[in-house]
Amino acid sequence: MDAGAIIFILKTSLMAMVPIVLTSVGAAWSERAGVVSIGYEGVLLASAFFGAIFAEMTGHASVGLLGGILVGVLFGMLHGALTVYLKGDHVIPGIGINLLAAGLVPFGIIAYWGTAGQHQLPDSAKLWHIKLGHNGEISPMVIITVVIALVTWWVLFKTPLGLRVRSVGENPEAADALGINVEKYRFWSTVYGHALAGLAGAYMSVDWLGMVHKTMSGGRGFIALANMVFSNWNPLISLIGGWLFGFFDALATWLAPKHMVPEQFIYMLPYIMTLIIVAGIIGKAKPPKWDGRPYKRE
Amino acid sequence: MKSSEKPGVSDVLSKINVKAFVESLIAIAIGFAIGAVILVAFGYDPVKAYSALFRGGLESTDNIAATLHYSTPILLTALTFAVGARTGIFNIGAESSFYFGAIAAIAFTNIWGNLWFGLLMGMILGALWALPAALLKVYRGVHEVISTIMLNWIGWYLMLYLIVGPYANPMNPIKTIKVPDSARLPLIGDTILSWGFFIAVLAAVVTYFILWHTTLGFGMRASGYNQRAARYGGINPKMAIIWSFVIGGMASGLGGAMKIMSEFPGYAISQGGANIYGFGFDGIGVSLVGRNHPLGIILSAIFFGMLKAGTSSMQQTGVPLEIVKVIQGIIIITVAIPGLYDLLKKSVKRGAA
Repeated sequence: MDAGAIIFILKTSLMAMVPIVLTSVGAAWSERAGVVSIGYEGVLLASAFFGAIFAEMTGHASVGLLGGILVGVLFGMLHGALTVYLKGDHVIPGIGINLLAAGLVPFGIIAYWGTAGQHQLPDSAKLWHIKLGHNGEISPMVIITVVIALVTWWVLFKTPLGLRVRSVGENPEAADALGINVEKYRFWSTVYGHALAGLAGAYMSVDWLGMVHKTMSGGRGFIALANMVFSNWNPLISLIGGWLFGFFDALATWLAPKHMVPEQFIYMLPYIMTLIIVAGIIGKAKPPKWDGRPYKRE
Repeated sequence: MKSSEKPGVSDVLSKINVKAFVESLIAIAIGFAIGAVILVAFGYDPVKAYSALFRGGLESTDNIAATLHYSTPILLTALTFAVGARTGIFNIGAESSFYFGAIAAIAFTNIWGNLWFGLLMGMILGALWALPAALLKVYRGVHEVISTIMLNWIGWYLMLYLIVGPYANPMNPIKTIKVPDSARLPLIGDTILSWGFFIAVLAAVVTYFILWHTTLGFGMRASGYNQRAARYGGINPKMAIIWSFVIGGMASGLGGAMKIMSEFPGYAISQGGANIYGFGFDGIGVSLVGRNHPLGIILSAIFFGMLKAGTSSMQQTGVPLEIVKVIQGIIIITVAIPGLYDLLKKSVKRGAA
């Protein structure tokens, strides 16, 4: 392995880290408040699509990113309404959102751009990068992601707001008795979780991959959930876990064209790693006590 | 309910909850309504699209045969999700068990060209692929949603490797080797429908029988309803969970095997796994609309089969077939609204007052 390969893998791993970390940080916040969602896969896909449309229409990738956040917020409000206010099941709406996005995006690519399967974004709709030295560069989204993870961790564990969010996930009865509006905290935590996934999805189309593809989320929504479990619902550790997954992603991209092993086995790697990690080689993870359970006031 | 009771027809009918049935119809209606809004938003004519869709699934004997043909695999993958749901498990793994049922059909019928052997091996491979998720759940507490989705991806790449590697057809590079003549499911008349449909219906009836009329099924449902109470009642929830994955894997494996053994004129897996992809995910929708009840699933599978049969005629009107998946997604989200029936009744009353 030469220096070029090392730089390639390092750079790609940072880019691949972003969607996983953003989504698992959002999911961790939401689950700390007690709301489980498995719809992030669909949110990533849908926001990649709509983010690309917003970016192309306006010629600003940043508008695309905001559009992605908006898509995430809308899905988060839908999921929050169903689970928090109507006390419904937490898993089924996620299945629905994933299926909806898996249909909507290929449909939308045909209906909007008139091509089947995928669409390449023009350069004008892609995010600018920060120049480093002579020919190095870094996406501002890498830095933003690290900042979001740090700030989310700080708010969640070091401020009264975070304490309240965690209390509605650990012991909603006690929180309720202290006058905390359990439903309000749960609802907005769900929205925040999905909003970050929306940002992550738009990043994939307007920055990292520069295109929309009908299967571009590629299981990252679920890998992010695995990373959340791995990191013990802690945004700070999510950064490390997310980078590890990014590293395997990058390694697979680098190894696949070399034909040392059948490429299908290389592509399996991140998913096998996820299984091993959630199986608890690091130690059994402990979710918040009221995670995924609807809370009804007596 | 005691497991020794003999079921009468009226018992069976009373168990198909009318309220649940109406709720499923409401969910379907909402799915189509929002689908229509999306069609209009992108400049299509929903009336034209939907009428082509329904005509394509119902207009002639051939179309009805096509409807039943398309309902067969999703009926079986729906059973996978339903058995899981009854045990309190979200088993999303039907998709990859289906792949390995298909692989088994190719691999084993080429060793011994016998129909029943092929179906049996499909069921066994399907169950084996489901087992890791069951063991991870029971012994490591890994949430089945994550493990089954990961197994789906791993299975997908393993299947891709197998179809371009060991089972590639040297005469036709875009397909695997074929199921030999002696192991193919016979077709009914000149239609594309095979006897596999009736095997699938039989599987649903057997699943119903296991769940509601055996001790094993009672234990499974009891542990799905309340694990602590089940354990108190002398039921081992671990075994119930493992059985739910095994039975579910068998259903999907059977579906995958039958898909390949009955598919005129292919009888092979096509390039990139195109003809065996997506049935597991469709099965989730079928199961939820059928209220996770094996008998409800027969009806809901025929409904979704009709949508599939109709998509090609809808596509001829220029509407991309993916809109059907959008409608399915919306139906599932709607199904997730608890007490949909009561909610609607309340708002109708409020509107009338």
